[in-house]
Order: sequence, then C-alpha cells, then structure tokens
Amino acid sequence: MNCDIRELWVYLSATPLLWLTLTLIAYQIGSWLFRRLDCSPLLNPVLTAVILLVVLLKISGTDYQTYFRGAQFIHFLLGPATVALAIPLYREVHAVKAAFLPIMVALFIGSLTGIASAVGIGWLLGGDKVILLTMAPKSVTTPIAMGISEKIGGLPSLTAVVVVLTGITGAVIGDFVLKRTRVKDEMACGMALGVASHGVGTAHAIQRGRVAGAFSALAMALNGLLTAIILPLIVALFS
Amino acid sequence: MLENLTIILICQLLGEVVTRVARLPVPGPVLGMVILFTGLMVRRGIPQEMESVGGFLLRYLSLLFVPAGVGVISNLDLLVKSAAPLAGAIIIGTMVTIAVTGLVMQYLNRRRSPIHKERQS
Repeated sequence: MNCDIRELWVYLSATPLLWLTLTLIAYQIGSWLFRRLDCSPLLNPVLTAVILLVVLLKISGTDYQTYFRGAQFIHFLLGPATVALAIPLYREVHAVKAAFLPIMVALFIGSLTGIASAVGIGWLLGGDKVILLTMAPKSVTTPIAMGISEKIGGLPSLTAVVVVLTGITGAVIGDFVLKRTRVKDEMACGMALGVASHGVGTAHAIQRGRVAGAFSALAMALNGLLTAIILPLIVALFS
Repeated sequence: MLENLTIILICQLLGEVVTRVARLPVPGPVLGMVILFTGLMVRRGIPQEMESVGGFLLRYLSLLFVPAGVGVISNLDLLVKSAAPLAGAIIIGTMVTIAVTGLVMQYLNRRRSPIHKERQS
C-alpha cells in the first residue's frame, strides 16, 4: 500500500497537472479567506497562495523547476493579460489625454522616488552594493526589472522575487497609505499603485474601479519604460 | 472569442519581434499593449468579444503573479541573509512611493481643474 502511494506520488509530481491544479486551489483558498475575513488587505490572495505553495513545496521536497513545469501555463497568461490592459486604458482615453501633464510629472517624481527610496533605505539598513542594485528596479514589472538588474550588476533572479514582493506589498498596504495621506482622487490612486507596485498593484487598482485601473495600467507601462532608460544612466553616473 | 484571443496574441507576438529587432528596453507584452491600444484608437471602439476575452484575462490578473511569487523558494537563503535591507526597502520604500506619487498627482489634478473634485469618490 505504502509503495503504491509512493509510486502514485512519483507519477503525479512529474506531471504538470498536479502543480497547476494546486496553484489554482491555493489561489482560491486565498480568495475565499480574503472574502471571509471582510476583504482585509492583509489577506491578499496572492500572498496566501504563495505562502501555501512554498510550504507545500518545502514539505514535499519539490524544487521550483518541477513546480514551474505545471505553473508555467498560468505564468504564460501574464503576457496576453498585459496586452489586454490596453482595453481599460482605451476606455479612459479622454481622462488620460486631459491629464497628460500631471501624469508625466507624477510619473517622473514617482519613478525617482521608487528608485531612491529602495536604494536609500536598503543602504541605511546595511545592504551591500549587489543587494542595492538588485532592489533598485523593484517597482517595475518583472521582465523589465530583471533586464535592468542584469544590466546594472544586480541579481536578476532575486530582483524577480523583490518585484513580486513589492507588488504584493503595494496591494496590501496601498489603500491604507492612500487613505492616511488623504489621496481621494481615483486617477492619483491609480497612478500611485501602478508606479509603485506594477502589475499586482494594477490588479488591485482594477478592483477599486475603472478610472484607478486604467491609470494604474498606464503608470505601470510608462514607469517600466522610464526606469529602463534612466536607471542604467543613474548607475553609470554614480559609479 | 477565439478571434479576439488571437488578436491579443498577435499583438504580443508583434511586440516581441519589434522589441527584439529594434533592441528596445521594453518587454514584448508592454509594446503589444501599445499596439492593441493603437488598434482600438484606429477602430474607435472595443469589439464586444474583445471585452469578454480581456475581461477574463484581467479578472484574474493577480493569480497570474503566483508562479513568479513562488520563485521566492529558490532565493530563501539570500532573503534571510539580507532580510533587513530587503524588508525595509520593500515595505517602507513602497509606502513612500505610493504616498509621493498619489499626492503629486492629486495636487496637479486639483490645480488643473477645480471642477475635477466632483469626480472624486
């Protein structure tokens, strides 16, 4: 009997089906908890799902490559979903056109704040040069951030983790920070979430509403572009 | 449904090709978003089917970050080693960035048009 279970496990753990299904289950447990406990932002479904899956992988001694063979089918959809962000953006095109100048100024200041705060706070808390360079592009979407990290001498794989954690942090504490600083303008809320916490922030902004979602998608795309251009220049200037 | 999903994938594919050939610093999907946006501007409207495909992809947008997030597992020792600077930069840095960006945008929007206040919720 014991031997059968082991054989079954060996078989299942090698198919993409197992970890694909467990990823969906973990996310739905996260969503369920989120709704059950009054939508407390601390119970962000992504955060819950990641913790559950990491614990499961550790217990079962499964490596990330094996996990990713199943999860890649979900991961792949990030590309088409990014393209689809053009739809909410198009719906709010008039608002975006009218607020062009504020968007550009907020983007520039926000982008520099993101870089400076990551590096500054990391340095104060004793981070070494590689860690600081790894964290510098943390506010932009994963593929851009990894590319920049590699270019400026950070660790791209650690950057990917820092980026996702930054996104989750933005989704978890974003509403709290915006409330405390009395930012009520939905355009401003969207810009803030998109500039600071890219796609995960945008997913959260879409839940806030159409305006916040569109401005967050725009801010995410523009911040990725801007950071990719200015961060290597800033690093070259300081070293 | 299938047609519009194909259009989205074509936009992404075009984005990948152009960013690689022209060596642009943006990832393919981000340029793909610009291409689809341009298409919608030219067409002056979102096809009904496109709304449903896009709606499906975006409703579960946060789920799509889970596989990348689980990547934490490959870097656990580095995370523990540099826990203080990483946690500080991620948590405090993100709070500061959200506050600064939000306040700047709100201030500029109010200066632009005081009427705009009516749109606030």
